[in-house]
Amino acid sequence: MAAAARFLLRTAGSSKASITNVNSGLHGKYGATLLRVSPSCNLLAKTQRRYAAHFTFQPESVQTEYGPTQKMNLFQSVTSALDNTLASDPTAVIFGEDVAFGGVFRCTVGLRDKYGKDRVFNTPLCEQGIVGFGIGVAVAGATAIAEIQFADYIYPAFDQIVNEAAKYRYRSGNLFDCGNLTIRAPWGCVGHGSLYHSQSPEAFFAHCPGIKVVIPRGPVQAKGLLLSCIADKNPCIFFEPKILYRAAVDQVPVEPYQIPLSEAEILQEGSDVTLVAWGTQVHVIKEVAAMAQEKLGVSCEVIDLQTILPWDAETICKSVVKTGRLLVSHEAPVTGGFAAEISSTVQEECFLNLEAPIARVCGYDTPFPHIFEPFYIPDKWKCFDAVKRMINY
Amino acid sequence: MEHARCLRKLCGIGYRLISQNNGLRDSSKLIQYRAFRVNSAVQQQPLVERPEFPGSSAEFTGRLEFVEPDVASGIPVYRVMGRRGEIVSPSEDPQLPQETVVDFYKSMTLFNTMDRILYESQRQGRITFYATNFGEEGTHIGSVAALDPTDLVFGQYREAGVLLYRGFPLDLFMAQCYSNADDLGKGRQMPVHYGSKDLNFVTISSTLATQIPQAVGAAYAIKRASSDRAVICYFGEGAASEGDAHAGLHFSATLECPIIFFCRNNGYAISTPTSEQYRGDGIAGRGAGYGIASIRVDGNDVFAVYNVTKEARRRAVAENRPFLIEAMTYRVGHHSTSDDSSTYRSLDEVSYWEKQDHPIGRLGRYLAARGWWGEEEEQAWRKEAQRRVMEALQKAEGRPKPHPDLLFTDVYQEVPPHLEKQKGAMWKHLKEYKEHYPLELYEE
Repeated sequence: MAAAARFLLRTAGSSKASITNVNSGLHGKYGATLLRVSPSCNLLAKTQRRYAAHFTFQPESVQTEYGPTQKMNLFQSVTSALDNTLASDPTAVIFGEDVAFGGVFRCTVGLRDKYGKDRVFNTPLCEQGIVGFGIGVAVAGATAIAEIQFADYIYPAFDQIVNEAAKYRYRSGNLFDCGNLTIRAPWGCVGHGSLYHSQSPEAFFAHCPGIKVVIPRGPVQAKGLLLSCIADKNPCIFFEPKILYRAAVDQVPVEPYQIPLSEAEILQEGSDVTLVAWGTQVHVIKEVAAMAQEKLGVSCEVIDLQTILPWDAETICKSVVKTGRLLVSHEAPVTGGFAAEISSTVQEECFLNLEAPIARVCGYDTPFPHIFEPFYIPDKWKCFDAVKRMINY
Repeated sequence: MEHARCLRKLCGIGYRLISQNNGLRDSSKLIQYRAFRVNSAVQQQPLVERPEFPGSSAEFTGRLEFVEPDVASGIPVYRVMGRRGEIVSPSEDPQLPQETVVDFYKSMTLFNTMDRILYESQRQGRITFYATNFGEEGTHIGSVAALDPTDLVFGQYREAGVLLYRGFPLDLFMAQCYSNADDLGKGRQMPVHYGSKDLNFVTISSTLATQIPQAVGAAYAIKRASSDRAVICYFGEGAASEGDAHAGLHFSATLECPIIFFCRNNGYAISTPTSEQYRGDGIAGRGAGYGIASIRVDGNDVFAVYNVTKEARRRAVAENRPFLIEAMTYRVGHHSTSDDSSTYRSLDEVSYWEKQDHPIGRLGRYLAARGWWGEEEEQAWRKEAQRRVMEALQKAEGRPKPHPDLLFTDVYQEVPPHLEKQKGAMWKHLKEYKEHYPLELYEE
């Protein structure tokens, strides 16, 4: 299954530079250099120009409550969380495809050398095996941190996740559980990932009682939420927005700390509209909030949901009671997307407060396309337009 | 053929040299290896080329020849005891003491009695489902007896004998099947989905083969904990077709796990005969492909099963590697109470196995030949077993179902707010519409 991913990476080589290439269209530097050195390519440039990133990451205020911090991008903050875990929990093991040499996104660099090859190791290329194996490790009482190379390749393990991991505790009457299992997987669009390097499968899992699904928006959240997932006594899926692996840089505490699961975070208070998103899309709606303020004089409350399941309905509903309007945005397709769950719950809970229909700005109901990505994603202009229409409703 | 012959001629000289002279072959290997390492192959070109592909360790051949499977004469079936209960390989006789063998027999027959009574119980609509173990009692008892009580068991759903032998009380078997308030699983799963933390028997789930890679993960964790324990993972030959079986076998070898894969090959997966299940040499024939030491055993010979499991367990723990046991047996009963097997196999076939080659019958003849068990003991024990099972059944039937609140717990370790809310909504509803629900059957 992950063969396609490996192909993509191998053709690019495995050096740092090539991984940057794979990671995001943000790093347009290489393209720019090329154009400069070969002016005859001007004609080509018109059709080959990389579309600019659809979001802007802004570091947040420095956290001091957890001790000294260090500048880390998202993949480094993941490594830091894994490092803290292996250091403090002698049973913890990390495994998956290609994690031993540091992982195709560099999230496990150095861990094998530091903690030994029996704790950080490659598995055969088989997703259902990786998750089944991880469940077994957890059932035996050890801490299992499994990596699925791309969220797009998690489906071969769907049975092990939905029928097994999620139901282990319930079906055994709490005799056995796999609460020590965490599954990490790169997630979300990347500019050119096409059908199988772009997916956001959280809604498939949101329909499955027994697991937790968590998605961070930046390095600080990634480390804190990942450590919470690992410590949590329930099987967790942790989706890492891969476009942020290098693009998002922040001051991250070096020591371990936890950000609570099932708690949304209000990033910006507002009074006219509530905007809800998770992962990269949080940065999109933050920008939308600024645009709405500037162009329309509309005050937006921006909320990062953070945990998809079980989700923090209370924070969202409280916000909507105040603002009277709700926009939910996600990259995944609209039909059956998690925005549907949020909007129907809010409609039930806040019917008397709603002044306009709840808006969902999401991916279209198509597979994730390669060359049409700029038109596919629910970018800031699509979200902005929805806010405008909602205000004028 | 012509092409093949030409090829052979071309490559023939070197090839023959290599295959005719072992000493030369070894030294040429060394030279070739060194040449490759120092990256100056041109200067140190060996006499004979050897494949340097990282994916396998093999010689070149000039013969175009597909490797044919040998299905006609497959891996032999290891046995100790003949169908008349006689020891056919005296050197292999485990020479178990009388009380152990009698205990085997009593466990198998008690298990058989429980099966018969619970099967009838389902037929009468007292429980919703049942799956018997007729004909496979020997595989359960023989294998579990060879394990350490702390060895972790992952099963499918036809391994209740393992649990029984480890001392799981009849009351708890019944509680699970009746989904009553005593069920350790809190009445959540269908009957025969047993589990016991105390007896190291991981709770059964319906999804076939999912336990296989899980058992491997547990074996890996156990290896790291250096607790000198092993894991045994049972599955049927049908489940072995699932992708998860491939995953588990494969991972166990590369990650060097102390695990015994125990396949019960009873000839059928519901109605599907093995000829439609696979075309290779059964399941044992696959082991070597994964780099797993494998053996095939007569599953109706409790001593043979005991011996192979004992040895596999010893080596799995000592060497941290997996072993595959394929126990050949026959599913004498229907697949489950939802199945009528006469629609796809003949009664003659079933009756042959029931009468001519049954694990209980065989062990009974062994005991009788030694004078360790007579008609009198048989009568008394059958009566006793029947009484014990009936008592447990009646007790289970009289117990209420678990409290309805238990529908909401253990989904997560904690009960999240949305589930608390849903529980509240359910009770509010039940209060208003209680006459439409069987509340009186449940614990208050």
